[in-house]
Amino acid sequence: MALLEVERLNTFYGQSHILFDVSLVVDKGEVVCLLGRNGAGKSTTLKSIIGLVPPRWGSIRFKGQEIAGLPPYRIARMGIGYVPEERRIFANLSVRENLEVACRLTPGEGNGRRWDMERVLALFPRLRPFLERRAGTLSGGEQQMLTIARTLMTNPDLLLLDEPSEGLAPVVVQALKEQLLRLKETGLTIILAEQNVRFVSGLGDRVYILEKGHIRYQAPMERFLADEAVRMAYLAV
Amino acid sequence: MDWLAENTPRIVVQLLSGLSVGVLLFLVSSGLSLIFGVSRVVNFAHGALYMVGAYLAYTIMRLAPGSGPYFWLALLGAPLGVALLGLLVEVLFLRRIYQAEHIYQLLLTIAIAFIIGDTVRTIWGAENRSVTRPDFLTATIPILGQAFPSYNLVILGLGPVVLGALWWVFYRTRWGMLVRAATWDRDMLGALGVNTPLVYSTVFVFGAWLAGLGGALVAPIQGLSPGMDASVIILAFVAVVIGGLGSFFGTLVSAVVIGEVQALAVLNPFLRQYDLVLPFALMALVLIVKPVGLFGRPE
Ligand SMILES: Nc1ncnc2c1ncn2[C@@H]1O[C@H](COP(=O)(O)OP(=O)(O)OP(=O)(O)O)[C@@H](O)[C@H]1O
Ligand SMILES: [Mg+2]
Repeated sequence: MALLEVERLNTFYGQSHILFDVSLVVDKGEVVCLLGRNGAGKSTTLKSIIGLVPPRWGSIRFKGQEIAGLPPYRIARMGIGYVPEERRIFANLSVRENLEVACRLTPGEGNGRRWDMERVLALFPRLRPFLERRAGTLSGGEQQMLTIARTLMTNPDLLLLDEPSEGLAPVVVQALKEQLLRLKETGLTIILAEQNVRFVSGLGDRVYILEKGHIRYQAPMERFLADEAVRMAYLAV
Repeated sequence: MDWLAENTPRIVVQLLSGLSVGVLLFLVSSGLSLIFGVSRVVNFAHGALYMVGAYLAYTIMRLAPGSGPYFWLALLGAPLGVALLGLLVEVLFLRRIYQAEHIYQLLLTIAIAFIIGDTVRTIWGAENRSVTRPDFLTATIPILGQAFPSYNLVILGLGPVVLGALWWVFYRTRWGMLVRAATWDRDMLGALGVNTPLVYSTVFVFGAWLAGLGGALVAPIQGLSPGMDASVIILAFVAVVIGGLGSFFGTLVSAVVIGEVQALAVLNPFLRQYDLVLPFALMALVLIVKPVGLFGRPE
């Protein structure tokens, strides 16, 4: 059984139909990339899965259970972690509090946890000196690390990452990629929405391409990278 | 200069009394601000909750007029009763409309305010009621030769205590941290697995408790009448807007400022005629200079 099975998802913003019969399958341990131009529907797909913009029709099964229509907090508690494009850190809280907010286990129960404060700080050591600072004072790259670290604190089995490389300086993007590779090595399942093909190559296992709310293409990463025509058709600006 | 020297005692006493008015106003408006900050609902029933607090305290104190223990019992029991009523209101009505448009939320909370208002009228009657202060707080204390009611000193003393307690709750407990996070971005908080509906409910109950405390404190110094909720909700609303919608600290500052402005206006024969209008003038001024309020955050 796949970890996540999305079947014929149709999502609307008010009257406007955004996603058309989007289907995807994600197996445990995979990094699946969701590519597409601006406005293709990548973010909407992730928001439909976490329940922030529930689909009007279609089914989303996670660990075999139907989750479409559940409130986001219930979906998150089943093991899906969402890292939004806009980062959405709690700017009025300290960096430490941003991490604590997401921590659901009471202290002392930490033994079975894969992620705790120490481990996320080991992955993102740049956050450590800022723990007591207001999160709103962090730089863009630091905020991106914080938003990922915060979601890891929920111990997700599936991580939804929305354009983490967007708006970051090239060196920061490179560091981020290495951190995501380390996450992948822990066996974490990831759906990575991106526009940056360089960023996802070497990171993703499989690729889906969205265009105007339709899935147009799917392939293993190597085949996608070898296919110049597909990239020109769906991704070139 | 002469005027100032001559009037210093009066000014000091007015400043103190303005501060005690500010403390009472803060209790009501902080709950209003908190509820708005987290759930984005403007709770027009907040004045009604305050009124119920006052009437419940009145009923408890009337059991033994002038008794100290019953006074404390009223301060404890009345807010708890209001918190319970808040829970009822939240569970039965409010939780169904958090996602609705603002106009429906307004209609609902206004309707609840009317229902509570009429219920109060049915239970306690339409005529004015009053209850004496506890015996140990009836005296006045001379301050710079002026008589200052000792009851107001208790309110002044309670101000920092309540403030300290609130600070502790918001900055030292997990619930307080979740409330601050929800004020910033409640949908994101939910997406992190936090049971946000529970946060909304508890915040509403807590806000109701604060309103009940304000009402209970005011019972012995103001006549009670079924219309007392309307004037309070408007003033509390002004305080919340001046401070910046959803900003707790802003609400504190503006409640004190409103209390002081009204108290000082009494000293001036011209301004005295306008003491009811002054908070609104202040609000207009603040909104012109800073449309999001003193400590508000642009959407
Ligand atoms: N809140 C909203 N209300 C109405 N329409 C929206 C809303 N958010 C997005 N859309 C529309 O939905 C479509 C898909 O948007 P979405 O954000 O999912 O695209 P995306 O692939 O994530 O793009 P980007 O690369 O720019 O992030 C776009 O046409 C967009 O204009
Ligand atoms: Mg997007």
